[in-house]
Amino acid sequence: MYKAFLIKYAEIAIKGKNRYIFEDALVDQIKYQLRDVEGTFKIVKEMGRIFVYAQSEFDYEETIEALKRVFGIYGICPAIVLEDEGFEALSKEVAEYVKKVYGDRKLTFKVNTRRNKKSYPMQSMEVSSALGGVILDACPNMKVDVHHPDVFVNVEIRNKIYLYSENIPGPGGMPLGTNGSAMLLLSGGIDSPVAGYMIAKRGVKIDAVYFHAPPYTSERAKQKVVDLARLVARYSGPIRLHVVNFTDIQLYIYDKCPHEELTIIMRRYMMKIAEQFAKADGCMALVTGESIGQVASQTIHSLAATNEVCTMPVFRPVIGFDKQEIVDVANKINTYETSILPYEDCCTIFVAKHPVTKPNIEIIRRSEQKLQEKIEDMVKEAVDTAETILCQ
Amino acid sequence: MEAYLDNSATTRCYEEVRDLVVKTMMEDYGNPSAMHLKGVEAEKYVKEAAKKIAATLKVQEKEIYFTSGGTEGDNWALLGTAMAKQRQGKHIITTVFEHSAVSAPLAWLEEQGYEITRIPVDEEGNLSLEQLRAAVRKDTILVSTMYVNNEMGAVVPVEEIGKIVKEKNPAALYHVDAIQAYGKYRIYPKRMGIDLLAVSGHKIHGPKGVGFLYISEKAKIRPLILGGGQQGGMRSGTDNVPGIAGLGAAAERIYRDLEANTEQMRKLKLYFAQELGKIENVKINGPKPEQGAPHILNVSFLGVRSEVLLHTLEEMGIYVSAGSACSSHKRTGSSTMAALGLSPEQKESAVRFSFSEFTSKEELDYTLDALKKVLPMLRRYARK
Repeated sequence: MYKAFLIKYAEIAIKGKNRYIFEDALVDQIKYQLRDVEGTFKIVKEMGRIFVYAQSEFDYEETIEALKRVFGIYGICPAIVLEDEGFEALSKEVAEYVKKVYGDRKLTFKVNTRRNKKSYPMQSMEVSSALGGVILDACPNMKVDVHHPDVFVNVEIRNKIYLYSENIPGPGGMPLGTNGSAMLLLSGGIDSPVAGYMIAKRGVKIDAVYFHAPPYTSERAKQKVVDLARLVARYSGPIRLHVVNFTDIQLYIYDKCPHEELTIIMRRYMMKIAEQFAKADGCMALVTGESIGQVASQTIHSLAATNEVCTMPVFRPVIGFDKQEIVDVANKINTYETSILPYEDCCTIFVAKHPVTKPNIEIIRRSEQKLQEKIEDMVKEAVDTAETILCQ
Repeated sequence: MEAYLDNSATTRCYEEVRDLVVKTMMEDYGNPSAMHLKGVEAEKYVKEAAKKIAATLKVQEKEIYFTSGGTEGDNWALLGTAMAKQRQGKHIITTVFEHSAVSAPLAWLEEQGYEITRIPVDEEGNLSLEQLRAAVRKDTILVSTMYVNNEMGAVVPVEEIGKIVKEKNPAALYHVDAIQAYGKYRIYPKRMGIDLLAVSGHKIHGPKGVGFLYISEKAKIRPLILGGGQQGGMRSGTDNVPGIAGLGAAAERIYRDLEANTEQMRKLKLYFAQELGKIENVKINGPKPEQGAPHILNVSFLGVRSEVLLHTLEEMGIYVSAGSACSSHKRTGSSTMAALGLSPEQKESAVRFSFSEFTSKEELDYTLDALKKVLPMLRRYARK
């Protein structure tokens, strides 16, 4: 029945003279997400609207699923496209459409008409009230409510006439690539993929760093992170994942520093390394999945101690989320099942029984002095030998 | 160098098995149920395989039923017997250290109202025959034990158990999970009082996805898979001709030089165990090396988590398993290790080495050298 989709995008409509940049990015992203969907599509920007036209037979469910992954879309309205063959023909089509979609249930409705084609012989208000009458005749159980209707029946008169009433919510946010890029610290857990998704949703292109610690973490743990990056990439577009071999640095810290400070010091070096990749990839910020108080290394003191080594802004989009709230998003974006696979990640392998929860930055710095001899070279080695995997 | 010491997880195919699999996929690919010549040609492979397998067990060809592997064989034996005999009783006897292909269906039967008695084992994996004898009752319909324990290599005295079962309750069936034993021991069900025997193809250098269940002609069990009536209606589904042909070839080959090969494996195992004994803080788990199966050695390297050791060795081309490979999908520890009463330190650091006729002394020496090299480093970086 549907041959087109009207794409609604609220937030980007307010961007003034930059608007075309956002709209073009949105069109690009729609094309990208539709690339594997069965059918051929044409995407058209016209008069403050984006339309997706199906130019062949197509898979409706697949199309909706793909469009729901395009950041910047607030609503997807499947539309019927009609030739203008006079008002009588239109009335018939509208009555048939409403009956088909709502089956004469007890609902209230309102007809909204937009007349872009000013040569159309009736005015918008006239079209709306006349069609309202047509629907009332066709569906005796439906009633008009112009203030809070259950259903808006929208009629847009352009060169062709577009008829739509359903509004399927999109993910919101901003089109990808309109807000620069950031480097995500991706572990195999639940939080970091969600953090990456949330930043990508604001139009930020994401790349990622993963710290691998063979033989303490397995090849499967690494594969799991690649799989997670691919799942996030379904929304965020291709992710360049840098896999850093972190074992030597970890063991060096283990040898030289107090055991209960190991995790904090380790995380400080992770941040430093991530920043190097961020700079090389032209990223403007780091992204982590930290949430206040979730574990010892995420108390406010620990976060401050970790943050101290960074020169870039660090975005922590789930900082105020409870675990369950993070899990809910992970389920929505389909990363949860993969995140809970039981492979150990490098943060937990040497974790102390009683790690510091209120690290003193001065003391941590003093401990790090003991690493002076080799750490610079080791960091360089880790960065130089990292493997980059394109996840898409 | 590569040292593949995980032969209880799976084995490399014999070359003649590969050739037969390819031939039955590319040339003689007919459906054995088809009436035309191409079907008849394919059927010959299935009959030939049944004949070869039957010969290794000294049973009749018609008592061999092909399955998708060991797990199906075990499930079918247990559930098929339970369904067929529910009017005679609902009591089943097993051991505490079965593979999950046996313990899981039995746990399910327990939920359905069957009574399961699980005979305990000591730290070497020996079970008390007296306890087993005492457990057999009038309403016992089935006794199910493994032959060789997959994690420890402990050998269960199936012949004695068969005798006890037949003495105390001739109506009860005796099922043997022989997945780790077939191809290592000569097994004669008729002589040993075994009514059902499950075997898997890929543990004996055959293909994966195929196995067989021996069902004594006197044992009446229900089919689990219904459909087109293949294999006399006992196991429907188009015959897996390439798998079955490959399995037959593997069975024939592995029994050709059985004694020489197992003798060689045992020698290597004893040598390996002896050399390991020279490394400090190493503990052999389960049966004494000379008593267990010729191809399985379970060892704890105290102070080193088995998973870390496994990944360290894998980087050097050495492949072993931590606990039981088949149970790596589960987060819970191995039930065999719990059954044998291993200490937490032993459990955490237990590694299984398993051999095949292709295992060489060079591989073992390479592995010993590797262990001596990596253990001090791994022990130094312990979790505090």
